[in-house]
Amino acid sequence: MANALDPHAAIATVATGETDGTLRTADGKPLARALARSQTRARRRAFLLVLPLLAFIMLTFVVPIGQMLQRSFYNDGFSAHMPQLSQWFADHPRGTDPDDAAWAALAADLSAAAEARTIGIVGTRINYDVPGTRSLFTSTGRKARGGIEPPYREALLEMNDDWASPRLWSAMREASTPLTTNFYLASLDRTRNDAGEIVQVQERQRVYVMLFMRTFWLSLLITALTFILGFPIAHLLATLPMRRSNLLMILVLLPFWTSLLVRTTSWMVLLQQQGVINDILVWLGLIGNGQRLQMIYNQTGTIIAMTHILLPFMILPLYSVMRTINPSYVRAARSLGATSWTAFRRVYFPQTLPGLGAGALLVFILAVGYYITPALVGGSSGQLISNMIAMHMTDTLNWSMAAALASLLLAAVLILYWLYDRLVGIDNLKLG
Amino acid sequence: MLDQGQDDSFVVFEHVQKSYDGKTLVVKDLNLNIGKGEFLTMLGPSGSGKTTCLMMLAGFETATHGDIRLDGKPINQVPPHKRGIGMVFQNYALFPHMTVGENLSFPLEVRGMGKAERETRIKRALDMVQMGQFANRRPAQLSGGQQQRIALARALVFDPKLVLMDEPLGALDKQLREHMQFEIKQLHEELGITVVYVTHDQGEALTMSDRVAVFNDGRIQQLAPPAALYERPENSFVAQFIGENNKLPGTIEQLNGDHALVKLATGEVIDATPVNITQVGQQTLVSIRPERVEFKPELMPAGAHMIDATVRDVIYMGDILRVRLHVAGSDDFVMKIRNTLGQTKLEPGQQIKVGWHPADARALDLT
Repeated sequence: MANALDPHAAIATVATGETDGTLRTADGKPLARALARSQTRARRRAFLLVLPLLAFIMLTFVVPIGQMLQRSFYNDGFSAHMPQLSQWFADHPRGTDPDDAAWAALAADLSAAAEARTIGIVGTRINYDVPGTRSLFTSTGRKARGGIEPPYREALLEMNDDWASPRLWSAMREASTPLTTNFYLASLDRTRNDAGEIVQVQERQRVYVMLFMRTFWLSLLITALTFILGFPIAHLLATLPMRRSNLLMILVLLPFWTSLLVRTTSWMVLLQQQGVINDILVWLGLIGNGQRLQMIYNQTGTIIAMTHILLPFMILPLYSVMRTINPSYVRAARSLGATSWTAFRRVYFPQTLPGLGAGALLVFILAVGYYITPALVGGSSGQLISNMIAMHMTDTLNWSMAAALASLLLAAVLILYWLYDRLVGIDNLKLG
Repeated sequence: MLDQGQDDSFVVFEHVQKSYDGKTLVVKDLNLNIGKGEFLTMLGPSGSGKTTCLMMLAGFETATHGDIRLDGKPINQVPPHKRGIGMVFQNYALFPHMTVGENLSFPLEVRGMGKAERETRIKRALDMVQMGQFANRRPAQLSGGQQQRIALARALVFDPKLVLMDEPLGALDKQLREHMQFEIKQLHEELGITVVYVTHDQGEALTMSDRVAVFNDGRIQQLAPPAALYERPENSFVAQFIGENNKLPGTIEQLNGDHALVKLATGEVIDATPVNITQVGQQTLVSIRPERVEFKPELMPAGAHMIDATVRDVIYMGDILRVRLHVAGSDDFVMKIRNTLGQTKLEPGQQIKVGWHPADARALDLT
């Protein structure tokens, strides 16, 4: 213990003397500093231990996702490649009609972008806001390679008279700064009209708000269904004798060990119109051959398949909480005069709440972001918002839009999490 | 309270049998009458059926055969919540998500009692166990002894006529346990309730009970007041289970009313009182309490036999000295002597003679 480097030595040798109000160690150093120094090495070692994981998470999680989310409000596809026109927009307030300088800037930027082969990027950016304009840019670019002769306005209108469209100019003004809220507006079925005011899009184009609502409603429904189905199973698991509860546990976990695709496909086999369940119903004579039920490729299919897939996430937290509830609580309640229902309602159920909260939160958050199952069995009425995100990621390549939708989803989940914390308390959560 | 009159029996077990698996009986033909206001303890090793009996009385287990009557009415078909029996559990079973006050309020609420009366009763029950200030605490914020008191108050708050306690003091340390034994006993006397108490701790059973039922192998081995149980065990199981005991195997040499001569395996002859001995020549186990063994001839009754003993070691235990002897082929014969001023010093290897009053040596059957 005489070793000065021993962290315990500094603490163990605290002097009892207190000369100037600060406690000192035996060799006269201030106690606080000695304590900090003695703990520094331990802290440094602890930090080094978590460093690999921290680096891994930063590299594979925080940075890429952060970059992805950044696209939702930052897109320099136009502003970086059309510098002169962007500058003109910056100098002239909204409402200014494009003058000669504007047309000159547009012509110069188009030629330069065509030379640099970046005209496609520019067209794509504007195409997000004004569908069908990508070809306007690329075709004009082809003709503008090598320069455009003045008068620029007439020359450009000669190539395509769409260049005079106020909507196009409004869209280019929006895109002239890399920071934009347009993707968020679009995610909420809003857009800017020619005057730059926020308005709802045409009724037939309104999809996202409806999809968000549907996603949250279906997630809520699926959470409720997993609770109704999972609660009795978890209770059985927690109360059955060891051997039988182990068997049941394997049955609960079996879907976990099966590929998601296999599970989803087996639902197709069961639920489709020529599938097992319809065949049985027809065979039993409950429905006629012409009245086969449509149970898949619609919302019903999404609900059934997702409830099945997410059920273990409800059962396992519930089970881990129920296992710790001593049966004597219910017995005590019964001996105190409660009927079995009152004992369940007032004594047993409240004690399962931490598990129920954890299970519901898990299932809900997983359901809100679920993608593959609705894509396979959802048809058109069973699609969720994540299918839209996937579509923008892979089909339309509008990553900014995908990022905006994902950010809104993330924000909504965080708000729900915060609400949960306020109402139930997050420390009341028991994941296992 | 000790009279076992059939007329005022409050709880009656009549030929009760219980089997869990249909193959073996956990409780074999139990007959027991518990008087009103009595403190009856069911004592026995684990697996002896005592807790099963308590659970049948509480209504959590059903009797496979036989009748259980409470206050004259058969209760076999009555669900637990209609029996009106207070119960204290081994782990207290205080509802962790309710405060102490809510825990006590629970049995009153389910009985549909008004708020004002509930509060009066809760306060009275908490004051009874000196926990008046703790109504707003959660059970997790209380110590084991405090939780025990709350559990007791909760079992008593709705004025049950019968209170069951299932090893309620098992989780407490020795000092607290002894204190709580005293408090429970006092509450029992103040309130005049009937208590059925289950424990495997014989000290607890002896200090608290009016009568003790010793369970083993699904049967009551002996039902008697504590003193009788300790001093006059009726079979060798009870003799071994209650207190410390010296056992000397032998054969009955003479049988003469309440006096018998037993010839030990090594040839010595000792005096004993026959208990469940029927004939001369029968194999027997003579049981003698260590504190009733004497080594000073002047303290022995006239005519009592004394036999040779060798001191093996002397353990100093403060109030007493525990002397281990070699007697009649047995190496574990224990004699307890009081640590008085001027007590004879015994040394290992010393040759002495020991004896006892014939009434203290009980000749029991072998099982």
